[in-house]
Parts: sequence; structure tokens; C-alpha cells
Amino acid sequence: MSKVHVSAVVNGEPVEMLVGQRQTMLDALRDELRLTGSKEGCGTGDCGACSIVVDGRLTASCLMLAPEADGRRIETIEGMAGEGGGMHPLQVKFLEHAALQCGFCTPGLLVASKALLDRNPDPSETEVRFWLAGNLCRCTGYDKIVRAVLDAAAELRQEVVR
Amino acid sequence: MPKTHNTETLVAEAQFIAPKTTADAVRALAAAKGTAKILAGGTDLLVQTKSGRIRPDLFVDVKRIPDMIGIRVENGAFVIGAATSGAELGDHEALCAAWPGLIEAANLIGSTQVQARASIGGNLCNSSPAADSVPALIASGAICLIEGPNGKREVAAEKIQTGPGKISLARDELLVAFRLPKRGARAKDAYLRLIPRTEMDIAVVGAGVNLELDAKGVIAAARVAVGAVAPTTLFVEAAGAALVGSKLDDAALDKADAAVRAVCKPISDKRGTIEYRTKVAGVLTRRAAKIAYERASA
Repeated sequence: MSKVHVSAVVNGEPVEMLVGQRQTMLDALRDELRLTGSKEGCGTGDCGACSIVVDGRLTASCLMLAPEADGRRIETIEGMAGEGGGMHPLQVKFLEHAALQCGFCTPGLLVASKALLDRNPDPSETEVRFWLAGNLCRCTGYDKIVRAVLDAAAELRQEVVR
Repeated sequence: MPKTHNTETLVAEAQFIAPKTTADAVRALAAAKGTAKILAGGTDLLVQTKSGRIRPDLFVDVKRIPDMIGIRVENGAFVIGAATSGAELGDHEALCAAWPGLIEAANLIGSTQVQARASIGGNLCNSSPAADSVPALIASGAICLIEGPNGKREVAAEKIQTGPGKISLARDELLVAFRLPKRGARAKDAYLRLIPRTEMDIAVVGAGVNLELDAKGVIAAARVAVGAVAPTTLFVEAAGAALVGSKLDDAALDKADAAVRAVCKPISDKRGTIEYRTKVAGVLTRRAAKIAYERASA
């Protein structure tokens, strides 16, 4: 079966790739582009470990076929840190709050949290919890994650916390 | 190249096309050898494909067809492309204001990530008895705009589901869009579902109610539909009729409740017994009717 040529913008860079006609976007990111930050937890859209942003929408990349990416703007965890490797405030706050243990869910949670703050810079705790309900963590529980997101939101708003 | 995950369980020979017009999509569906599947959000299709439950030979991605994506107004009524995602519906302020019940139903499906993909047409055409948007869609009075090799036809949303996973569309027919009725000033809808947790679950029961009031607050038109209590979503005309002419007093609610319970044919499973589901279908109908009435009166 012939491969499909896909032109997309991934983390701000124009990308050309050949993908399988039945390959998921997650597999194309990991196997073709070697962007292995997005993880496959469940492969059925339940766990959020494969979260990416497609044309501004937070999406489970395991529920998307790679040929669908043609002409789309894709953002992954690899594009989150700033130029020169400076961490995004969400990444800093995840570390400060110890909002991870094994780390498998962390890329997805960071991508999902950034998508929330891009849309809503001042979310309530309830809004954070509902937005992140599709990201499963089996280690920490969610309190530290939620606190890290709220703290990062405050910092991004340049407010003084506590 | 190392393969450590489950790509290989996807069908090896499946072909992918993304037509730009409904005519091209219909032609591809009609010409397809083997199993052709319409890909909108893929939240069911790709999961079922990975598990091996279905083996598509052709994926027809319909999201590049302008008629099938997005929300527009035609002759004063909303037309919603069948492949429009829940997230896009929820971001449309005018649609949310006119049809709050339909949108709250569509937005209950899955997580934020799933909302970006899951489409309103896919929710209907996958024909799960527990599909959240379907009771609200039927209560709204939505008309399905369908295109096939023999041209276009229109059919009411309640005529699509014929059984779990089964629909009345032919294999080469395409659900292009939904046309909602024109919305009067004093008309609103509501959808409620029961699940044992706060979200991210499948309805034990769902109920959609759509009401139109006259100038005095008397119900002039009412449509009721309930989900997860029969092999298909049930359009309960008798329940709507019981509400018409009332100001939603207890007697009218009792009649609508009874009319809903009378037609429920649920199964007992881990999420609820026959008796429980039947009872709850009546209760949710009452509560959704009250919400719709308050919204319509506001």
C-alpha cells in the first residue's frame, strides 16, 4: 500500500513526511518524525498521554490518522520549551510541585494544560479538573498537578501567589 | 523501523481518501470494494478498527468537505455540518444560546481531547443506544440532509437509528448536515443524563426535552426523546403531547413521566436494572422539562 505525502507545520516548522494510509498521527509523530514525547497509554482516546494540539484544538493523536494532518498546524510537547531549552512555566511548576512520578502522563498533561491556559488564562480549580479529566495519571493523584497548573496560570498572569 | 505498539492491529490494506465534495465522497462510497467507512472524528471508528471489530478497506475522511463542517444559518435556521466536532459546537455562541440542550448534550461526550474529534453526525450514525447528543437532536426536531447516488433526501433525526450500531442509510449514502427548525423567542431545550460519576461516562439514561411557549407561558409545542432505555433512542410523542397546553404543572409532568416509562424497553446490565432505568427516564424527563421551561421563560 502506497504511502501518503503529508505537509504540515509541526511546532512551528514546516514538515514533509510520508505516512501510512492507516497510520495514526501518534505513530507518525513517534516513528516518522521521531518525536517520542507523545505517549501511547491506551490507544483508544481514554488516557490523554498522546495529547497534541491540531489547529488550536487539544486532540488525542491516537484517534487521528496521519494523512489527516495534511495542511494542519500541529503542536506537541517537543515545542513547549522555549528557544535554547528554557522550560515553559508549566514545566517549571510541575517540577516545583512534584506533579509527576513516573512521568508517562506528563507530556500529555503539559500539552493539555497549556491548551487550557492559552484559552483561559485564569481558570478555576473546577475548570482545571474538568479540562484535564481526559488525562489519566496512575501515580500522583491529581492534586499536585492541579496546583501546579493553577500556580503556573498565576505566574503567567504575572500575579503574586499566596 | 522498530514497532513497539499496536499500529499493526490496524488493517494493513486500508486506503485513505479525503474528498473535497459530497459528490466525490458518494462516488467513492458507491465504488468501494469491501468495507468503506466514513471518517469524521474517528473516536469510535478508529477504536473499533484497532480492536479488529471492523476491518475497513477504505477510510473516507469527510472533514475537507465544506458542507459537512461548521455551523451556518440558512433562511433563519441553523445548519450544522455532520462532521462538526463537539468542541466547535460549544464555541458557537449563537448556537449555544438558541439550542443550549443540544449543545450541552454534545459537549458531554468524552474528554476535551475527544471533543475536538467526536462529531455530531458520527454520534447519530454510530447508533449507540446511549449516544448523548441523539435524544437532544431528536427533541430539537432536526432534519438530516442526506446525499446518495440517486440525489438528495431529507429525513427526521428519529428515523436514522434502527438498532444498536444500525442505521437507515444505505452504504453509499452520506449524512451531510442537520437542519434545525427556526427558533422562536420563547423556545429552549435541555438535556440531562444520569451517570454514576461526574463525567467521562456512558449514559445510564439520557433525556432531551424541547419546549416552545406562547406569550402567556403556555407550552405550545414540546418534543421529548430518551436514550439508553431501548435498542434505539426513543422519540416519545405522547410525552410531548402531555406537556402541550400546560404551564408545566404537576399533572402535565406526571402524564409525560408516565408516557416515557410506558415506552421504555431497557436491558439490565452493570450500569442499571430495567426497573431503575425506567424510573429514572421519567425523572430525567421531568427535570429536563423544568430546565427547558425556565430557559424558555427567561
